[in-house]
Amino acid sequence: MAHGAPLIDIFGLTFNKANMLMITIASAIVFIIAVLSTRKLAMKPSGMQNFMEWVMDFVKGIINSTMDWKDGGRFHVLGITLMMYVFVANMLGLPFSVTYDGVLWWKSPTADPVVTMTLAVMVVGLSHYYGVKLKGTAEYGKEFFKPFWFMFPIKLIEEFANTLTLGLRLYGNIYAGEILLSLLAAGLATGVGGHLAAIVPMLAWQGFSLFVGAIQAFIFTMLTMVYLSHKVSHDH
Amino acid sequence: MNFLVLGAATEGAHGGLNTGDILFQLVMFLVLLALLKKFAWGPLMGIMKEREEHIAGEIGAAEKSRTEAHKLVEEQREMLKQARTEAQGLIENAKKQGDVQRDEIIALARTESDRIKEAAKLEIEQQKEQAVAAIREQVASLSVLIASKVIEKEISAADQEKLINEYIQEAGNAR
Repeated sequence: MAHGAPLIDIFGLTFNKANMLMITIASAIVFIIAVLSTRKLAMKPSGMQNFMEWVMDFVKGIINSTMDWKDGGRFHVLGITLMMYVFVANMLGLPFSVTYDGVLWWKSPTADPVVTMTLAVMVVGLSHYYGVKLKGTAEYGKEFFKPFWFMFPIKLIEEFANTLTLGLRLYGNIYAGEILLSLLAAGLATGVGGHLAAIVPMLAWQGFSLFVGAIQAFIFTMLTMVYLSHKVSHDH
Repeated sequence: MNFLVLGAATEGAHGGLNTGDILFQLVMFLVLLALLKKFAWGPLMGIMKEREEHIAGEIGAAEKSRTEAHKLVEEQREMLKQARTEAQGLIENAKKQGDVQRDEIIALARTESDRIKEAAKLEIEQQKEQAVAAIREQVASLSVLIASKVIEKEISAADQEKLINEYIQEAGNAR
């Protein structure tokens, strides 16, 4: 459990090689799935194209439930990519984890707060960027003093709270899942009795983690769209 | 529970923030976003849009052909109705014409028969007159013959002639 992280310093930046590996793997998997399922595109969809179209419609539904498609259509690609990436990243740590030389290599990249917070900050940053771009600086600034001017501090705090909760919710769910999985795995390794005792909770928790991973991917996308719509929509 | 605490501690154990991870994750995600947009979502959205347009077009075409068919049926119905009324008119006309012709023929026949009757009457009159004249002549000559036969011996032919003429004159005057 007390695994170290394979850190490396380059140009004064600290890299976690395990994170880099898992981020790359997750991205590669998403890319491969997406590209393979959109190789043979047809007017009459079949196989994986159906699945991808379902995902697109699903994300479209999320966006439509938070804002006008006229405003939200530009976030479609972001939403699909975000959901697929977060889902795949959540799933990666489920089947196994790999430690080598006391260093944890294989895990969910989303079980690291740095990764999830990066995504969260990126999303909130995008929401501000599009807020300024679509409504103009003045209109964007006024949003902070609505409905009353004295709400300004609360609004300001809200932005940071949004970012923090968005990132840490994902991190907490996935990290907790992995902690429990590794505890159960440790139980599996303690002999016949421990093995038998740990099998059922292991199965249950993996199934639950699957569910949690999917739900978290959905929630992350949903909240992304909600934050974006707060900044982008003209009426709310 | 000791190792759990330790596990949690390792995340923060190395102290500093993994700034490199932040950069890496950000770059990786943006690259993934760009690649997927180019190679997967773009084409997929394109085909979905295309299908949407195709379906919309098909619906439009179906709607158009339906209205067209409706119009054609309406037109045919109108034409049928027109043909029917036309036929009705033709029959009516023919009947009327037949009536007129019949009346005409009857009138013609009537005048013709009148004319023939008139002519026949005229001829009969003529014939009658002729016959009366002939009879008168005959009667005259016969009476002369008879008279001459009767009084042949007593008077001469000249006297006889004179007598008869006188007699006829008288008869003519008497009339």
